[in-house]
Amino acid sequence: MTVYLLRRLMQALLVVLAMSVIVFVGVYAIGDPVEILISPDADQIERERAVRALGLDRPLWEQYVVFLGNALRGDLGNSFVFNEPALKLILQRMPATLELAFGAMFLAIIIGLPLGLYAGLRPNSPVSKTIMAGSILGFSLPTFWVGLMLIMVFAVQLGWLPSTGRGDTASLFGLHWSFLTLDGLSHMAMPALNLALFKISLVIRLTRAGVRETMLMDYVKFARAKGLSPARVTFVHVFKNILIPVVTVVGLELGSTIAFSVVTESVFAWPGMGKLIIDSINVLDRPVIVAYLIIIVLMFITINLIVDVTYSLLDPRVRLESKGT
Amino acid sequence: MKPKIRRRDIAAAFAVGAGLALAAGGGAAQTMTMAVGAPVTSLDPHYHQLSPNNAIADTIFDRLINTDATSRSIPGLATEWRAIEPTVWEFRLRPNVRFHNGNAFTAEDVAFTLQRLPNVPNSPSSFAAYSRPISRIEIVDPLTIRLHTHQPYPLLPLDMTNVRIVDKETAENATTADFNEVRAAQGTGPYRVISHRNGDRIELERNDTYWGERAPFQRVSYRMITNDAARTAALLAGDVEFIDQVPTTDLAKLRGDNRVRLSETLGLRLIFLGLDHLRGPDENSPFITDSNGQPLGRNPLRDVRVRRALSMAIDRNAIVSRIMEGAAAPAGQFLPEGVFGHVPGLGAPAFDPDGARRLLAEAGYPQGFRIQLNSPNDRYVNDSRIAQAIGQMWTRIGVRTAVEAQPWTTFIGRAGRQEYSTFLIGWGSNPDGSHPLRNVIATVSRERGWGASNRGRYSNPQVDRLLEQSLSEMDEAKRERLIVEAMRIAMEDVAVIPLHIQTNIWAMRRHLEHTPRNDELTRAQDVRPAAR
Repeated sequence: MTVYLLRRLMQALLVVLAMSVIVFVGVYAIGDPVEILISPDADQIERERAVRALGLDRPLWEQYVVFLGNALRGDLGNSFVFNEPALKLILQRMPATLELAFGAMFLAIIIGLPLGLYAGLRPNSPVSKTIMAGSILGFSLPTFWVGLMLIMVFAVQLGWLPSTGRGDTASLFGLHWSFLTLDGLSHMAMPALNLALFKISLVIRLTRAGVRETMLMDYVKFARAKGLSPARVTFVHVFKNILIPVVTVVGLELGSTIAFSVVTESVFAWPGMGKLIIDSINVLDRPVIVAYLIIIVLMFITINLIVDVTYSLLDPRVRLESKGT
Repeated sequence: MKPKIRRRDIAAAFAVGAGLALAAGGGAAQTMTMAVGAPVTSLDPHYHQLSPNNAIADTIFDRLINTDATSRSIPGLATEWRAIEPTVWEFRLRPNVRFHNGNAFTAEDVAFTLQRLPNVPNSPSSFAAYSRPISRIEIVDPLTIRLHTHQPYPLLPLDMTNVRIVDKETAENATTADFNEVRAAQGTGPYRVISHRNGDRIELERNDTYWGERAPFQRVSYRMITNDAARTAALLAGDVEFIDQVPTTDLAKLRGDNRVRLSETLGLRLIFLGLDHLRGPDENSPFITDSNGQPLGRNPLRDVRVRRALSMAIDRNAIVSRIMEGAAAPAGQFLPEGVFGHVPGLGAPAFDPDGARRLLAEAGYPQGFRIQLNSPNDRYVNDSRIAQAIGQMWTRIGVRTAVEAQPWTTFIGRAGRQEYSTFLIGWGSNPDGSHPLRNVIATVSRERGWGASNRGRYSNPQVDRLLEQSLSEMDEAKRERLIVEAMRIAMEDVAVIPLHIQTNIWAMRRHLEHTPRNDELTRAQDVRPAAR
């Protein structure tokens, strides 16, 4: 186990290193942050001052070495735009994104699992067919469009829910959270649902496929033959066995929801990390881009690790040592 | 219908229960919620020279010289100002003004502010240029200050309309972060800051001791919604009462909606085409070939007849009415009428494709040539669609045009390295003709600080000479004559091809009213309850 974890950690470091080089070269190739940030009427002297102030007058490799040196001391640099530590900016916005992502995953599971289970157990009923048809819609409709439609219907036409923003927040662990207030929850409903739509469909399909497959297995037949109640067969014998693919996918989806909920965040003006990263890319705010991607890489690696550990708990045949490639 | 009403009541009950009695039951609009499209990056008024920052700074702070909705100078923290010698400007300061923290405003604060401008660490775009012409600051008495300049400098009052005055005692040891965390954001303006959440919202409260007209709202919530569609939806849903940067695609719908009112004015931002003046008459321009795609061996853009033909081939009225939905005015120069430096009688060039073809033939291109027009696709209102329309118009006179639109981040770097033959770009002017002349038209010169945005590298000694004279001319009438003359020469020489000046548009719920500003700033104090 320890060796396994150490090896995972080494991998993480290598990925972070490679990623930071790519971002440095990438941003350099796209353009000059000063050109974008500076006031159009700044004269040449002011432009040169800004280039020096942001440390962009030095050769790229030197900028990278300086960055690495600082990073080793835990300093990922100051945002070019906000002149505040990039890490702090991201962590400030993280609660908003996290609660949205977990809200969406929660919806995906509480809606997706039961529906998928039902569709798997009664594949020929009209309800199941409706569920499956609905899941195709969930897959194929672009989140951008669905988000705007949700706003048009529930906020503009019906006036039930607020259209954008986070609403009231309450403090917990020194951070602001929306899910602790009613107003915050009503603000969260639409963006969370919008993010969840794709995942609900995914969970429905995975669960249904798993159930259909497992129902034909010998041990299920045996359990039935033994006279166990249908509920016990479904919820103990079948359910536990279909969870492995669902856990994997939910884990990975959680990661990508946290990292890339950019579209939903900007449609609903949700002040999370996704909005920060897209704004930062638009102005080539390199320290924020690098810091953000480092956090995301670390997060994915952690999630994968948790997924692997969960596997071994769900299925004793899976051993961690054999999986570290 | 029924469930809707019931839900609303419940929501209102929750709001009251949550202690938001102000918002729900306070009667005549005690809290006003507004949403802007461009995020504020800092509450430090001297950190980043950027429109959204300047707009919020104007709400919290004052300038020595404020500007009205049409950008004319009006007394701010200075009640009067004059040049007592060509190199000395004297400002009489407003008495009995207090900062939000209760400190009295004096000449010390002005002196401190001017000294702070070049010393804000890590500023990505500083205000240092406004203190550079000043050689010495002389405090005559607490309410009189004299600014000595290195040379006669008529633009000093204009510069002072860009500098927000901070409290010396508060800001002396404050960092930009202290401003962002509200502690140091103590101004003299009509609203004070209560809280600031970066990139999300700024909560403001009325400054009851404001020296000017008292602000109409007890509280203002200043939110940032960068997505255009979401901002419009928030207005229609009633979550916000006021928005800026109304997308032109929503204009027709909003005009027809009786819950909403629009406020518009012609702005100071010209959209124009930059032209490659860098390559000599006998050199190849990067994206120009003959009609067979072979190198041309010369740069047709150096021939004024070609430039004029390209300008005449553009149907500006069609662009304004079809693409801009009327939210612009065709232009033949940088500034609209009524602004210092507007050239009288110089309208938008007439649309004349036949004349354009004749001019091309006269210049030696009866078969036309091929060109690429570059454009950003995420910067100006409808930028890439305008470029595409121009591409078609040029092709019609025999100049086969390919249009390439890119994100601003890539576009602006390449334009600045003179990699394009023609490019669509915009310029938001200060309300003085010297501003576009000096930055966009004048020959590039580091020593003079000229032409930093002259991306086509236009150079005309005659224009430079007139501009030079104007910059030390202390007589305003003479100065305007010089600037108008310089601008007329540059426009007749087609230094750039002007397209249109944008209209600035705000939208609000019916119960509000707004004074639209031509400088695009969205400020809380310009919004008030509608007169019944």
